[in-house]
Amino acid sequence: MTTVAGADVPLGRLRWHCMRRGLLELDLVLQRFAQRELDGLDAAGRAALDRLLDYDDLELWEIVCGRRECEDARLKGLVALLRAQ
Amino acid sequence: MNVTKRSYDAVIVGAGGAGLRAALQLAEAGLNIAVLSKVFPTRSHTVAAQGGVAASLGNSDEDHWHWHMYDTVKGSDWLGDQDSIEYMCRMAPEVVYELEHFGMPFTRTEDGRIYQRPFGGHMSNFGEKPVRRACAAADRTGHAMLHTLYQRNVRANTRFFVEWMALDLVRGPEGEVLGVTAIEMETGEVSVFQAKATLFATGGSGRMYYASTNAFINTGDGLGMAARAGLPIQDMEFFQFHPTGVYGAGILITEGVRGEGGILRNKDGERFMERYAPNAKDLASRDVVSRAMATEIKEGRGCGPEKDHLLLDLSHLDPDVIIRRLPGIREISIRFAGADPVREPIPVVPTAHYQMGGIPTLYSGRVVAPKNGDPDAVVPGFYAAGECACASVHGGNRLGCNSLLDLLVFGRSAGDSMIEDIGKMPGALPDLPRDAAEGSLARLDRLESQKDGESVHEVQAAMRRTMQEHCGVFRFPEMLAKGVAEIEAVAERVSRTGIGDHSRVFNTARIEALEVENLIEAAKATMMGAANREESRGAQARADFPERDDTNWLKHSLWYREGNRIDYRPVHLKPLTVETVALKKRVY
Repeated sequence: MTTVAGADVPLGRLRWHCMRRGLLELDLVLQRFAQRELDGLDAAGRAALDRLLDYDDLELWEIVCGRRECEDARLKGLVALLRAQ
Repeated sequence: MNVTKRSYDAVIVGAGGAGLRAALQLAEAGLNIAVLSKVFPTRSHTVAAQGGVAASLGNSDEDHWHWHMYDTVKGSDWLGDQDSIEYMCRMAPEVVYELEHFGMPFTRTEDGRIYQRPFGGHMSNFGEKPVRRACAAADRTGHAMLHTLYQRNVRANTRFFVEWMALDLVRGPEGEVLGVTAIEMETGEVSVFQAKATLFATGGSGRMYYASTNAFINTGDGLGMAARAGLPIQDMEFFQFHPTGVYGAGILITEGVRGEGGILRNKDGERFMERYAPNAKDLASRDVVSRAMATEIKEGRGCGPEKDHLLLDLSHLDPDVIIRRLPGIREISIRFAGADPVREPIPVVPTAHYQMGGIPTLYSGRVVAPKNGDPDAVVPGFYAAGECACASVHGGNRLGCNSLLDLLVFGRSAGDSMIEDIGKMPGALPDLPRDAAEGSLARLDRLESQKDGESVHEVQAAMRRTMQEHCGVFRFPEMLAKGVAEIEAVAERVSRTGIGDHSRVFNTARIEALEVENLIEAAKATMMGAANREESRGAQARADFPERDDTNWLKHSLWYREGNRIDYRPVHLKPLTVETVALKKRVY
């Protein structure tokens, strides 16, 4: 599941990981995010998103809601973008 | 296109709770198995289950499996098969302790036993008073269960095919199931998974409704595949609606909010539940509250410009209570409804939540399809468990906490049946028909070559609107008749969908188109079943037939795709060892 940092992650795979989660809450937030932002991400952005999407669903939802901080400092910008939606 | 053949003792489609429980049984028996899943197993929709698993452990109150069985039969409005229900309730303590031994982090009592909480419809002494029967891991029981079962499967060396979508069942000349075809998303390549035993654990089909609490993944894939293979789908007219889904988004607002004092109001600010359930009011059972809300909307007392929703008001509560006890609900309301419940009410609407029907099975998990006068004729090689299956333990209406129990009990029993049946098939796998993958390849080819195709998203939206409008909480004869025609028209559009993206690697447009082809079969089965069943029972509430009719309708409906027709199977009224729970009116 883990992606090597910097490796180019296929957009389709990221899109799928955004649009099919276990929780409806995440489906709604991440699908909207994917529609707006995905095509504009560079390789580093894609790798960061891939790492974020590896989080367990409940953890990820808590991160999106701001009830939990993301330990990975490299994901802070992405998390801020998601929280701002 | 080249088709790779892969051979296993057993193939399991779906890696939620039911699929993982069955896989564990098979892997620990040393069989060579493949588990296919559209997503990584711990991202299955089981993760969303919060409440708990029902089991008569008796840790907090005196309890007995027979009382649990009585509650489940009554909850089902007597449509449940009583042999399956007895089996499930008797097995419940065993599967829960088994899960505990697997490492499931259950919440504990002070003396270290599994903590149990009360839940709607679960009573002691044959309906006398509420009993604490729900075993929970805080408010994340489904999440804990998925992770426990996944880890256990890793230990047992279960082989997972993650991000593979099963396409179609492969059947032999006698109708026996010989495996499935599947597409690997990463490459777009198609394989045939040949197996002595094939289990569907593909979850529900709640996405057929506009207002749905289900994650996007619940597209009825198993139902679509079974229907296309000529097999019947049972009792799909019974769809449970949760009273409080967030209007426009569907996210479930737990009953706990009303437990904390939340009040449902109509456009006039009236606490309308006082008229429908003077005692229980806002805390009446799900079907009662959902029907009351649907009536308010239908009679013009709904809120908003379209008068199409109601309000869940918490503003009279101490803001501290909301902030401290309901932080997750507050966040959901702010994010998805733009309303902070400290100051404003949450807009809510009855929302499709759980499919009671599915692929008909015995309590052994073996799939049945009537043949030569035998209503319980087994389809050799085919098994189903979890929400996609209909054992039938939930009948017309499911009790809370019986769904996680269902997937544990029937995941395990299906696994045991597969082990037993595989044991009777020594030697090589049966030959596959030469055209095993032809149907799947033809579907993929059509998608690729479709000219001026219908938009998948538009067709799906049309299906969801049709189901919501014509086959919702209350069902009216003229709406159902129109709904049958409309859903058939939508199905016609589904057969002409097209995609703009023709790439092979991770083509999500293709996968979505395939999902809609499955979901429409589940939707047709639901609409046809609802239009056909002329009675009100459990979740099926017909305005023109307001009473339960045991003389004519104490039977399972079976919908067949071919000819869009309905047939029937008798309900199993005889339990395994105890007396039948006699028919009576379902009142609480």
